[in-house]
Amino acid sequence: MVLLSILSIPFIAAIILLFVKPEKIANNVAIAATAITLALSIYIACNGAVNFDIAWLPSLNARFTLTADGLSKILLLLTCISFPAIFIATAKNHVNNKHQFLSLMLFTQTGLLGVFLAGDALLFYFFWELALIPVYFLCSIWGGEKRVAVTFKFFIYTFLGSLFMLIGIILVYTHTIDQSFAIQSFKQASLTFGQQLAAFALFFAAFAIKMPIFPLHTWQPDAYEQSPTAVTMVLSAVMVKMGLYGVIRWLMPLFPDAFSAHSNFVVLLSVIGILYASFIAIRQDDMKRLIAYSSIAHIGLMSAALFTNIEIGVQGTLIQLFSHGVNVLGLWIIADIIEQQTGTRSLKEMGGLAKQNPTLGILLVGFAFANIALPLTNAFIGEFLMFNGLFQFNPWIAAAAGVSVVLAAIYTLNMVQKCAYGEVSEKINKMQAPNMPAQFVLIVLFIVVVLTGVYPTPLFDLTADTLQQLFIK
Amino acid sequence: MNAIIASALLGVLMMFASWIFDNKKTHTRIALSGLLVLIIVNFLQLSGAYVISLDTKGMLAFTQFGLYVNTILFILTFLYIWLNGDEIAKIGNHAADFYALFFFILCGASILTSFNNLLMLFIGIEILSIPLYILTGADKKNLNSNEAALKYFLMGSFSTGIFLLGITFIYGATGTFQITTPIVNAATGMGREQLMLSAGLILIFASFNFKVSAAPFHFWTPDVYDGAPTVFTSFMATIVKATAIIAFVVLFHSQFKALGYAWNLLLTFVLIATLFIGNITAVFQRSVKRMLAYSSIAQVGFMLFALYGATSFAVEGILLYIMAYSLASIGLFGVLIKMKEYSFEAFNGLSKKEPLLAAMTTIFLLSLAGIPLTGGFFAKYYMLNAAVKSGVGMWLVIVAILFAAVSVYYYFKLIQAMYFADGEPAIREIEQGYKYKLLVFAILILALGILPNLFLSYLYF
Repeated sequence: MVLLSILSIPFIAAIILLFVKPEKIANNVAIAATAITLALSIYIACNGAVNFDIAWLPSLNARFTLTADGLSKILLLLTCISFPAIFIATAKNHVNNKHQFLSLMLFTQTGLLGVFLAGDALLFYFFWELALIPVYFLCSIWGGEKRVAVTFKFFIYTFLGSLFMLIGIILVYTHTIDQSFAIQSFKQASLTFGQQLAAFALFFAAFAIKMPIFPLHTWQPDAYEQSPTAVTMVLSAVMVKMGLYGVIRWLMPLFPDAFSAHSNFVVLLSVIGILYASFIAIRQDDMKRLIAYSSIAHIGLMSAALFTNIEIGVQGTLIQLFSHGVNVLGLWIIADIIEQQTGTRSLKEMGGLAKQNPTLGILLVGFAFANIALPLTNAFIGEFLMFNGLFQFNPWIAAAAGVSVVLAAIYTLNMVQKCAYGEVSEKINKMQAPNMPAQFVLIVLFIVVVLTGVYPTPLFDLTADTLQQLFIK
Repeated sequence: MNAIIASALLGVLMMFASWIFDNKKTHTRIALSGLLVLIIVNFLQLSGAYVISLDTKGMLAFTQFGLYVNTILFILTFLYIWLNGDEIAKIGNHAADFYALFFFILCGASILTSFNNLLMLFIGIEILSIPLYILTGADKKNLNSNEAALKYFLMGSFSTGIFLLGITFIYGATGTFQITTPIVNAATGMGREQLMLSAGLILIFASFNFKVSAAPFHFWTPDVYDGAPTVFTSFMATIVKATAIIAFVVLFHSQFKALGYAWNLLLTFVLIATLFIGNITAVFQRSVKRMLAYSSIAQVGFMLFALYGATSFAVEGILLYIMAYSLASIGLFGVLIKMKEYSFEAFNGLSKKEPLLAAMTTIFLLSLAGIPLTGGFFAKYYMLNAAVKSGVGMWLVIVAILFAAVSVYYYFKLIQAMYFADGEPAIREIEQGYKYKLLVFAILILALGILPNLFLSYLYF
């Protein structure tokens, strides 16, 4: 029941918001709804595994099944932390028809939560698409100058990917023993190796586009840049995790043979992607694009570690799913504060932030350290484990991926240097009173960064059951 | 039987209605109550009560499926007239004449859902088609409408000829018109009978392709749909097309499926050609009306998947498909009727002027594109599942999916115009009531998309 309510609260709030015009009330409704989901997600995370199951489509034997194991819980937490954080941090931003904007955001949250909870393949597909449609409208209506074309590219890419996944679902479904969409039946489906390969490829297409893995990533930097920042935060903090989640939840247990057959290939692609994105990030002047490419590099590392299929690497990814979300959210919020107050994203025009607003300067440095995975920050735990896994897989690959750490230090510290230090530039000088709610959110997020960096045991405990299912037969 | 007789009688009744009543609103009301009568008598038969019972010597067979399709078609027609009554009245002098034609079409439709004999199939198709030629030319003073009607009539007659020839061949080979008689030695040998049977079947197949506007027999579609008055296009593209598809499916799920070798390859060819031509040509259209004409061709491509095998997915799926497709298309045409012109630019900025209308149009388009939460998703899903189930190659399913992605392009072009382009939409004044009627369509589509079982469980009771 608690699972159904965490899903329905944002949905109901979204519908209410369609009719609540005043901006202040709309803001409060959205924040209140997401705060409740946050409380619920913490409650779910603290309790054991929970299920919810009712009949949905008897003729297809599809059920409305929601399950929450460690993997779901960790992403549930991330989603439910991100949304209130985003709403509070961007509460002051001016947006036309804000109630519609918030309503679509909450629809997105419903879709995301559904994806992370669905225990039935058809339901999973449903939510997978449901998360995409509102984002399409959010970006196309409120985005930057080139928004329509860019968002459409993003939409077509991901939509095509999910259609492939749909065929994959049908393929597996027709081979299940009891003709059901339940994940347990999918796991027991009798597929020949050839069919496994086909189904693997079809599912992988959807997940690889969503993550995105190297040659399929072209939609991402443009989409991040052109989207309104609040949406970019959702996209990069939570939405890309859908792809990784799909891999862990569906790809690994369903097609183990095809998975190991392809691991070399995918790990290689991911590592190419990491290096490629890192090098591009170094050359960026636009703060949003820089963070976007940095995010591609981090996601690449996570997918590489996943596809090694080595326990310690997967453990690292599970932790990093959460940590990366929090870190990148912090960076986006800082970038958004700067852009809102100065009207620029160009690093050339920045400088002296630390003098103008010392708190924000410190926070920027803090999140930058987390971004390059310094010890004591949360990302260190995850990345250390992931590199460990990669090293066991293939030392040379691990070495190549390791270069990305150096590169990450280069572009991140470069950003910090240009933005926070030096003379106070003309634009930064325009920054007036600090945005208190946003800074409050940043501080809370930073506490999470440090806490999970120093004491990550809760995260390990949370994900233990998922790991056990994956690696102990 | 009830529905066939009742619809014919109601058609005659409607003809005289224009003598007795002068008010067009009254005509619409009579037509709507006539449809209610039709729905009721059909429902009576569904629950076993015959109002009229005739011995058809096995030429008609009233199955649960056929009667349920009747119900769907009648309800769709009811919704269609309920929405478009005022627009129909604006064309020509006597709205009642058009309603009479609708009833005759429904009479043909009820024969087509329950034929058991090739002659009945032929009669049904003719009763269905001839009123359509008249409806296409209803706008007498418009040259386009006249041209479309003539074109449709000539091409339609030609395809009827082919159809008859096909029936003759089959009769020659089997000695019967019944479609339930097992076909002797169908799958073996290539004797004279088999050859005639195959030839006959191929001719019927081609003629059916013409009726449902599958490529390469689709050439009449865009011109006729474009030339005909928009209200009637809406009817032709949805209810009539749905009927033809159902008849197609019923025929090829019958004993003739034993002849799979004769037409499976042909079907694959037609299916791909239909998807290709429908989708690719729709991308380049500048008029929304023509885009919808091509998109209706493309949708037929998906419906043809039901022909591969008589699985439960195919049967349920085709029902879902005609419901979802017809509701969305009638809704879209309903919006289109209210536009002053049919270009994509005419929709620019619609979301700011008419937010509710734009939102509903979006639901219709999303359904046609097959996005989850709308009926169109399950329609497409069932079709693909039917295809996989009946052992069609995976590659064909992937081709279909790629074209589905193409279709997103042109459907979303309209969404982009409504939501993301600025401008003054070229839309006529719309009364509030009309929007609420459209809202019913949108809600039905969403209901189909979330709980399709509500509509399907009826099939089995």
